[in-house]
Amino acid sequence: MIAGRSRAKRRLAAAGLYAAVGLYVAFALFPLFWTFKISVTPQSLLYGEGITVWPSAATLDNYARVLRATDFPRYFLNSVVVSVTTAAIVTLVASAAGYSLSRFRFRGKAAVAFLLLLTQTFPLVMVIPPIYRLMGEIGLTNSLTGLIVIYTAFNVAFATFLMQSYFDGIPKDLEEAAMIDGCTRVEALRRVIVPLTLPGMGATLGFVFTAAWSELLFALMLINSENQKTFAVGLLTFIGKFAVDWGQMMAASVLALVPACLFFAFLQRYLVTGLTAGAVKG
Amino acid sequence: MTSLSSQMAEAASRSGSGGRRRALLAALEPWAYLSPALVLIATVLLVPLLFGIGYSFRKFSAFRSEFVGLGQYEAMLHDPILGQALVNTLWWTAGSLFFQFFLGLGLALLLDRDFVGRRLVQAIVFLPWAVPTFLSGLTWAWLFNPIIGPLPHWLSALGLKAEPTNILADPATAMWGPIIANVWFGIPFFAITLLAALKSIPSELYEAAAIDGANPWQRFTRVTLPFLAPTIAITVMLRTIWIATFADLIYVMTEGGPAGSTNTVATYIYVSAFKSLDKGYASAVAVLLLALLILYAVVLIRMRRLFARDA
Amino acid sequence: MASVTLRNVQKRYGALNVLSAVDLAIADGEFIVLVGPSGCGKSTLLRMIAGLEDISAGEIRIGERLVNDVAPKDRDIAMVFQSYALYPHMDVAANMGFSLALRKAARQTIAERVAGAAGRLGLEALLARLPRQLSGGQRQRVAMGRAIVRDPQVFLFDEPLSNLDAKLRVHMRAEIKALHQSLKTTAIYVTHDQIEAMTMADRIVVMHDGVVQQVGAPLDLYDRPANAFVAGFIGSPAMNFLPARVWRAGDEAAVVLADGGTLAIDAALPVRDGDLVTLGVRPEHPRIAASGALAGEVAVVEPLGLSTQLYATLAGQQVCSLAMGRVAAAPGEPIRLTAEPGDLHLFQRETGQRIG
Ligand SMILES: Nc1ncnc2c1ncn2[C@@H]1O[C@H](COP(=O)(O)OP(=O)(O)OP(=O)(O)O)[C@@H](O)[C@H]1O
Ligand SMILES: [Mg+2]
Repeated sequence: MIAGRSRAKRRLAAAGLYAAVGLYVAFALFPLFWTFKISVTPQSLLYGEGITVWPSAATLDNYARVLRATDFPRYFLNSVVVSVTTAAIVTLVASAAGYSLSRFRFRGKAAVAFLLLLTQTFPLVMVIPPIYRLMGEIGLTNSLTGLIVIYTAFNVAFATFLMQSYFDGIPKDLEEAAMIDGCTRVEALRRVIVPLTLPGMGATLGFVFTAAWSELLFALMLINSENQKTFAVGLLTFIGKFAVDWGQMMAASVLALVPACLFFAFLQRYLVTGLTAGAVKG
Repeated sequence: MTSLSSQMAEAASRSGSGGRRRALLAALEPWAYLSPALVLIATVLLVPLLFGIGYSFRKFSAFRSEFVGLGQYEAMLHDPILGQALVNTLWWTAGSLFFQFFLGLGLALLLDRDFVGRRLVQAIVFLPWAVPTFLSGLTWAWLFNPIIGPLPHWLSALGLKAEPTNILADPATAMWGPIIANVWFGIPFFAITLLAALKSIPSELYEAAAIDGANPWQRFTRVTLPFLAPTIAITVMLRTIWIATFADLIYVMTEGGPAGSTNTVATYIYVSAFKSLDKGYASAVAVLLLALLILYAVVLIRMRRLFARDA
Repeated sequence: MASVTLRNVQKRYGALNVLSAVDLAIADGEFIVLVGPSGCGKSTLLRMIAGLEDISAGEIRIGERLVNDVAPKDRDIAMVFQSYALYPHMDVAANMGFSLALRKAARQTIAERVAGAAGRLGLEALLARLPRQLSGGQRQRVAMGRAIVRDPQVFLFDEPLSNLDAKLRVHMRAEIKALHQSLKTTAIYVTHDQIEAMTMADRIVVMHDGVVQQVGAPLDLYDRPANAFVAGFIGSPAMNFLPARVWRAGDEAAVVLADGGTLAIDAALPVRDGDLVTLGVRPEHPRIAASGALAGEVAVVEPLGLSTQLYATLAGQQVCSLAMGRVAAAPGEPIRLTAEPGDLHLFQRETGQRIG
């Protein structure tokens, strides 16, 4: 660092730094902590100790009831199916598209890149009315397939940019060396390029999974039969019906957080590089 | 003789057409890899977009629709809810963006320094970004609930509120709820993008500035900010569009209420497309929103050019 | 092993002509070096031979076989890249054995061939390492090893030494040459370093702006450059060029420099009185002599120990003269130089073509 400041001043700066960091950490964690706290507070203590920092007794009853007596396990499963399928398809499709943008020079490439960028920025609310009607007409309302198709299309542009940046990071020489060594283009892809882009594909998979797991509005609009609900839809309708069962709702929320947090832990490393590569994604 | 020359001609034409076929295949190859992505985007995004624009000239009822020309657009002029939603959208976007940006910048600057436990801190402060939006909304809605949430009690203890009531239930304060949730959720995005940009500033620049006698504030304004400016410009622009059209949080927390006080154009489109039968009106409002956003982007880009020319 | 024949080979990128009509016959077992300034099309030509780049026109044969439409993998060639292009996820042994594994060779065979190549290049101890655990020089060797294991018809090298430090480069140069002498495989080697070209090549191909300027043995190119470009490109320090006019009377001929200084030339040369030419003199040829016909002034003296490099201003131009041993001269002093008619090169002023 740059020298020349007095010791006392430096101490003060360090204290300020840690205080600021502490505030950010508290702000980030507090809501999650609170959800967790309510989820382990026994029903009987909720009204008396609802706003204390930690209840006098803790219980896992709420979790037990969510898992046994509600449809949440089913919602959870639906969400897993939708998110995993979406993430897998998007990663495949985006890998192919990203490879094309990274490795070929062809007429119309700039136009394609621009189109992809455009879909990144135009408001999705624009397509809510038509999609609601079109999906109804082709019978994809109330089906997880319909959701998977929509989520895949929404995420493919972002994922393509992400994959393109990973392919760009692999020198073209490697592929050419493989082709001279005896590979066809497809073999070179499978034996050299894919192994080297696996971390990138993992990151893309994670980003898309998180996005699909979080989506609410289209799911809410398209799904209303009980056994097709995703977690987001299930939780929201649950609130509508049993608005006062706080403990169970929060227990369910904590469960919904688990996969997202797991993926997040895995994605951590890619956040800074990944997001700058893909530029713009909520 | 004739057979020889015809053989040669045949060979020439064979290699010629073979070459052409190969060239054609080579030209098609990149498009083959792109096609699944392009087909998806075209059918699920672009076609509906065109349909949506078409819808905005029609009126829908239970079983039929009819062409009404600019009727839906005319109806917007006399819609007081839409007027309020436009104003709300402005507040919602400006408020969220202001706090997200400055708090995100602050966080990025902190994380750009070295301190004990930096990696762990980074993981924790970025966590809200991974929390599904509907959960962010619900969590904050609960925190504002006086029965199970501490915030109303803290606010009244601080003297900011007379009674520990839910700010989401009061039209005067309700918008702050979604804004705070949005800030919580959006800080990491700005922090991540700005941090990546900060990391790309060569440290020699700071050292040179220090040798030239710049104090920390001058180093920030003369080195850091100019370096970040392009990133800031593009992220703020894209983020504005994103927030203005982001309906999830508000829908989850207030559904636009109470008394329409948190209704933005995006939630309005969603609710009217979803709940009322007239997709035509919702589409017309969506076209209006798109037009406003394009106008915003164009103005911003123009301003940047002007600015760059002056500088 | 095989010959390589290029006939009228051309390359265009859209309207941009990168290579125009290259004709080249490379004999079986020959070591050919393609040399030329950056951007002249050397890599493009090499990559067309490898099949990595389409051929806009013409034909390429390896041995008797026309390979225009043959995929790189079926051309039976090996290539060493400037970046080495080692597969980062495979260890050294896997890198070297990759091509054999693709050809479904028996595990035993692969191990033997890899061990053989590793022995030749001194890589035995590194076989289990990943490329990122190697130094630059070691990576270069592995890239060579990967090419050798193949036992291909033709070796292609694209500036394989340019990422090494000067000392290692000299060492590897000798090693590649020795390798070629024992393997006798046809090799095509691209470089922009004319010293590499001179020391390694059986024949050198000098290229400029996508056009082959001259093909020949290193010393032929040095002694009889076909044009002013080749003359200036081959040789270090570079040849001196001076504008001059021919003077001719009877069976005597000379060139007159801008300042009136005169040098006799071979009278048998096809020049006429008054022709405008460019005079070329290699630095080792001007001699310092009190009676020299060319008068100038010493500008810089660079004693190198073994030899001395002296720059003089002569007829308004800097001229470099290389003399063995020490030279007693100081900047600012007047100096007189001369040169033998047999050591002078004459080029047409307009076209740069060699006159003699
Ligand atoms: N894909 C391309 N499109 C258009 N022009 C190209 C393309 N690839 C190469 N060129 C041009 O072709 C010419 C020859 O390039 P090439 O790579 O063969 O040069 P080189 O002789 O190997 O140079 P260097 O010594 O710098 O490697 C250059 O002028 C280059 O700009
Ligand atoms: Mg090159």
